[in-house]
Amino acid sequence: MTRPTPAISVVNVSKSFGQTEVLHDISLDIPAGQVSCLIGPSGSGKSTLLRCIAFLEETTSGRILIEGQPLGFSEQDSGYRARQSRAQTRAVRANIGMVFQQFNLWPHMTALGNVSAALKVVRKLPKAEAEARAMAQLTKVGLAERAHHYPSQLSGGQQQRVAIARALALEPKIMLFDEPTSALDPELTGEVLTVMRTLAAEGMTMVVVTHEIGFAASVGTQINFLDQGRLLFSGPPEEVFRKPRPQRLEQFLDTYIDRGASMLA
Amino acid sequence: MTWQLFSLLVQASGMTILISTISILVGLGVAILLSAARLSHLRVLHGFTALFISFFRGVPLLVQLLLLFNLLPALGISLSGFATAIIGLSLCTAAYQAENLRGGFDAVPKGLIESADMAGFSPAQTFLRIRIPIALRLTFPALVNEAILILKASSLVSVVGVIELTRMAQNLSASTFMPVEIFASAGLIYLVINQVVAAIGRYAERRLPGMGQAAR
Ligand SMILES: Nc1ncnc2c1ncn2[C@@H]1O[C@H](COP(=O)(O)OP(=O)(O)O)[C@@H](O)[C@H]1O
Ligand SMILES: [Mg+2]
Repeated sequence: MTRPTPAISVVNVSKSFGQTEVLHDISLDIPAGQVSCLIGPSGSGKSTLLRCIAFLEETTSGRILIEGQPLGFSEQDSGYRARQSRAQTRAVRANIGMVFQQFNLWPHMTALGNVSAALKVVRKLPKAEAEARAMAQLTKVGLAERAHHYPSQLSGGQQQRVAIARALALEPKIMLFDEPTSALDPELTGEVLTVMRTLAAEGMTMVVVTHEIGFAASVGTQINFLDQGRLLFSGPPEEVFRKPRPQRLEQFLDTYIDRGASMLA
Repeated sequence: MTWQLFSLLVQASGMTILISTISILVGLGVAILLSAARLSHLRVLHGFTALFISFFRGVPLLVQLLLLFNLLPALGISLSGFATAIIGLSLCTAAYQAENLRGGFDAVPKGLIESADMAGFSPAQTFLRIRIPIALRLTFPALVNEAILILKASSLVSVVGVIELTRMAQNLSASTFMPVEIFASAGLIYLVINQVVAAIGRYAERRLPGMGQAAR
């Protein structure tokens, strides 16, 4: 009996920018259906790890496997890494949706335009079908009435929900979130977290870089603590947050204690 | 100064508008191609665009037009004055528009390209659907400005034998001996055309979705 293939495997990944190594030999398996949270101090490499998983950054060494398939570089027994063809990368990446801290909606398209664009342009669906699917996703994130608004006419929370709908429209198996609520006013984080909770409840595999320790503790099923480019801790929340905690984690939680996390104190 | 003379000038301004409009649009197309060349990974293309832009920005338009007008026949290519004027003005404005667009392309936030990448867009699709529309919106005021400059610069195409507003004014002033009235009228007509262009520009700027919103 073999174990099921993890949705994401990070295998001995290191990443340097020039001379600075920002990820040190990280290995991590994320099984399907998990809500895997990346926490850690600012500058610890969370975004870089997430971006390596999406192949928005190239790893310096190591491998990323999505659903068991290598992403970015093809597997070579000799240890030599060959860059995949664009088509291969795109095929593997189609499993992944990504939500950015800054939303990154296309400003010249309406909410509906943003959500339907890839369905039309990449998936080549007829306009009516693409827009019907996009509308269904907007309805899911509670923004059907805002379908014809431009990003500049939406609040930050609404923009982020459109961004989530845009990623979901392509029916990914995995959703990556890089601090999805950090650019939002505090009163707007709730609506985004609610959408994410729903997604988690539906069994979506999620990787979430977050400072919302409360969210991580209540929704997360795997907590990964990164510090100075090293994965110091990875495990289920009850283990990670159990006292006594490792000193670095304790220090970190002290700094990021929020309403949700106070229950852990 | 009679209505008859004035209406001759107005008729000739039709040619000014026609030549300028075609040149601006052809120039925009060429400028987009130059931008694509500059964003490509081919070094040769980078060198070519740099050369193209520095030539057409560095040599006076009048000299370019006269060169083109004399060069083409020497090469055995016979083109009408109209076609020569369009080619000359288009290439010249293309160089300036490419420079304007460069700023626009550079200002497209990297995250918007990354989200297109994650959505599965190919580089060409990203260029057409994301980069171009956003760069055009960001640089739209510069495009309106360039249109006005080209409308005025089109007066130079009289040297290749095209009868547009300035050339008509010259002809009429030689035959009527009323240069002040005639050139004042021509100036007024240019002014009105350019006011209209500026007004259209302001209207479009208000109406184009996402205008000026790309750079958060
Ligand atoms: N493109 C880049 N070039 C150079 N250094 C970078 C780049 N991106 C991130 N870094 C550096 O890598 C480290 C980790 O950054 P990041 O992954 O963004 O951290 P986090 O998301 O945990 O705050 C930081 O020291 C940051 O300055
Ligand atoms: Mg980060």
